[in-house]
Amino acid sequence: MTQEKTPLITDEMRAHVGKESEPYTLEVDKTSIRMFARAVGHTDPIFYDEAAAKAAGYRSLVAPPGYLGTPVYNPRAGGRRGFDIGPQPSRPLTRVLNGGTDIEYFDDICAGDVLTARSHVASYEEREGSIGQMLITTTKTVYTNQDGKVVAIMTGTSIRY
Amino acid sequence: MAAKWNEISEGMAIPELKKNCSTQQLVLWAAASGDFYQIHYDKDFAKSTGLSDIIVHGALKHAFLGQLLHDWLGGNGKIKRFGCSYRGMDYPNQDILCRGVVTRKYEENGQKLVDLEIWTENPEGNKTTPGSATVIINS
Repeated sequence: MTQEKTPLITDEMRAHVGKESEPYTLEVDKTSIRMFARAVGHTDPIFYDEAAAKAAGYRSLVAPPGYLGTPVYNPRAGGRRGFDIGPQPSRPLTRVLNGGTDIEYFDDICAGDVLTARSHVASYEEREGSIGQMLITTTKTVYTNQDGKVVAIMTGTSIRY
Repeated sequence: MAAKWNEISEGMAIPELKKNCSTQQLVLWAAASGDFYQIHYDKDFAKSTGLSDIIVHGALKHAFLGQLLHDWLGGNGKIKRFGCSYRGMDYPNQDILCRGVVTRKYEENGQKLVDLEIWTENPEGNKTTPGSATVIINS
């Protein structure tokens, strides 16, 4: 006999879809760019050497693909990165996997930029997989630079189970 | 070595990028990205969640695909969009082969654009991180 599982997605969660988060600040600086580029294994000097970046036509070191700044750490925020994920599912899900990342760029991001990010949940989806009942959350984050220009939109998918 | 508009054709494979993460690289990435989830550096923790070993961060594989595109462009263009799904786990000290194939070459709003299918492959030849991208070619 199969037992009907309680849906993970609650009315509160459905109401949360599309709701924009409080804006949060991310800094793009030379040290963080070099660190990101080094962690990936980039060899292009535009990520390390400011003169090379300027010679290639950029204001300063270039943010490597995938790097959208570092959130300003606030010890009072309990160590959470970025924004609050919102209302919780009908039962606690303790494990999380990253489902996917997609970034669309609209302008360059360089060292010295200060980005403001606003996130919202685009959708919740429930699926049954090899790891059991899963909650798939798709989040969109819009990054605006210090000049008010949208420089990137990231779509991220998280899998909680 | 840069990608050149008149040398790009649909169906063409771009130069591969081979990666192989040491555990040290995963720690470097944790610090650089701010992702400190223990499944990426603490074997006991990873095993307690049902994994066989620590696993490579998904976002690091996304960044590898970003490098694949960046190195191919060689300064003669920019990434407009790139994304991927994390379908399979990858482990440290195993090859992660980043590959791409041109799926479409076109001009739109005065821009020279190329769409690509991009992915990472594990040693068994499985596409653990399938994705797609659009790049702008300068000339």
